[in-house]
Amino acid sequence: MTKKYAGGKLLTALTYIFLYAPIVVLIVFSFNGSKSRTVWSGFTLDWYKELFGDKLIMGSLQTTLLVSVAASAVAAVIGTFAAIGFYSMKKRWRGPLLTINNIPVINADIITGVSLSLLFVSAGAVLNFELGFGTLLLAHISFDIPYVILSVMPKLYQLDRNLFEAAQDLGCTWFQTVYKVVIPEILPGIINGLLIAFTMSVDDFVVSYFTAGSSVQTLSMTIYAMTRRRISPKINAISTLLFAVVLILLVVVNMREARQHKAEMKKANALKGELE
Amino acid sequence: MTRFPLRRTNAGRRMRRAGALKSAFTPAAGFFGRFRRQSFAYPYVLWLALFVVIPIILIAVYAFTGADGGFTPGNFSGMMDYAPVFGRSLWLAFLATVICIIIGYPAALAISRMRPRSQRILIVLLMLPMWINFLLRTYAWMSLLENTGLINRLLASLGVFDLINALHAGTPGYAPITHFRLINTDGAVVLGMVYNYLPFMILPIQSVIVKIDPSVIEAAQDLGADSRLVFRKVILPLSLSGVISGVTMVFVPAVSTFVISKLLSNGTVMLLGDLIEMQFTGAAYNPHLGSAISLIMMIIVVICMSVMSRFGEGREQAVRL
Repeated sequence: MTKKYAGGKLLTALTYIFLYAPIVVLIVFSFNGSKSRTVWSGFTLDWYKELFGDKLIMGSLQTTLLVSVAASAVAAVIGTFAAIGFYSMKKRWRGPLLTINNIPVINADIITGVSLSLLFVSAGAVLNFELGFGTLLLAHISFDIPYVILSVMPKLYQLDRNLFEAAQDLGCTWFQTVYKVVIPEILPGIINGLLIAFTMSVDDFVVSYFTAGSSVQTLSMTIYAMTRRRISPKINAISTLLFAVVLILLVVVNMREARQHKAEMKKANALKGELE
Repeated sequence: MTRFPLRRTNAGRRMRRAGALKSAFTPAAGFFGRFRRQSFAYPYVLWLALFVVIPIILIAVYAFTGADGGFTPGNFSGMMDYAPVFGRSLWLAFLATVICIIIGYPAALAISRMRPRSQRILIVLLMLPMWINFLLRTYAWMSLLENTGLINRLLASLGVFDLINALHAGTPGYAPITHFRLINTDGAVVLGMVYNYLPFMILPIQSVIVKIDPSVIEAAQDLGADSRLVFRKVILPLSLSGVISGVTMVFVPAVSTFVISKLLSNGTVMLLGDLIEMQFTGAAYNPHLGSAISLIMMIIVVICMSVMSRFGEGREQAVRL
């Protein structure tokens, strides 16, 4: 048993080395003195300096952040209301609607992208608009909403139905019930959904590629265009920065959680001591 | 005192007798409450129709029409020419999925046996690479796999190529090698798929194994099962739903990718995704043919998924990382 356990640990270690090796390479070469991505020629911070002067990269970073924030926020609102609506529906309607809701999640990205581009191109021909930031935003919202719904629905099912009764017995209108009782109870699910949606939007390349047209570029699209030619180490630099930001955020969040957990444990132990 | 027995008031009793409590929400709101809350979903139902259902219908419409807008099955008639692309895509995605199970299952099992704190750290570390743009992660493999890349440089500095050349020195017609051909091969594309989608295999399996009730395992042990039998009869069957959601989360993106094959094979390994992408962008613009290929790919994926879902359910948790 112990031998097998050690084997599992070794395999896990190898898996993580496999996952992180390319990232380490990426980060190390963001400090490389020359443009080469395989030969090390001394330490420099030049790429970081150049990065902030690069209008294309900075512009596409801005587009990415703007689209991701806007799309995940809109998706959180629409998705939360939709989840409450689905939850109150009869099963006969809820079932098929949730299946349709799952389509963008399960479907291959390329199909989602291509089908939306067909829609936007044909609607654009009639209504006289072109692919651009608007279509990009619509596409992002529509693949973000399902993630919000999927993380809000379980929270709704965990709700005590008596809670609504209590609220209404105490004189809440249906709207007050929703925003004073339901929303606070399902807030963790909404925030979780918002974060997943934001991540999906930031990381998305394929759907953006087919729906943004030629006038707007997200960071992923800029990177893709660069890989077709030759990537400048500036891209290594920006991904190192993004990685550092995420790492710091995760460490802070986890440390706070751990501290809260510890405090709660202490409190519980103290209470137990008092009772005894 | 006034707060507690509200439901016992006469009004409450009358409501209950009237069957109003059957409605999902309150006796006071009754039917109208349900009706109103249900209407919260109406905007999104409209959204689904507009941005999910109609686009898919459009794919079907484009697939069966020609450039002149008239009905034609012609887009499908040349499809046999692309049979090798379909075959290669399915085969490489299958290989990637199998390798992900072979690496991912033992890793998930090992992680789920660790202390909760280590588990949490490892899961965060598993998701962390996903925050690096996946194009960049794949691009990083280019620097590793190139003919003059880091792996070949490392092997050369270890004298591997000198050794091989020395061994073959007497062979007539032998050309000395300076590198292994790693990039621009099927292997490189499969590696890229495994690398990008492996976390999607580990996460659902780990989350299912952790939820297995330890008393079930103890019961099996008490009844005389050794660790191998416990694994085969208890852990494996109970973790199968995680494997299935992992398989769908690896196979679907792998079979439809065009970025991984573009970057790691420079167009030499043509996959379904590349074929579709070519029809919608660039010089060979032909959305009708592209839609026809997309439609077939969608049908293949649906068939694969329904076969998989016969083995168990686990699709919901697949999405909730």
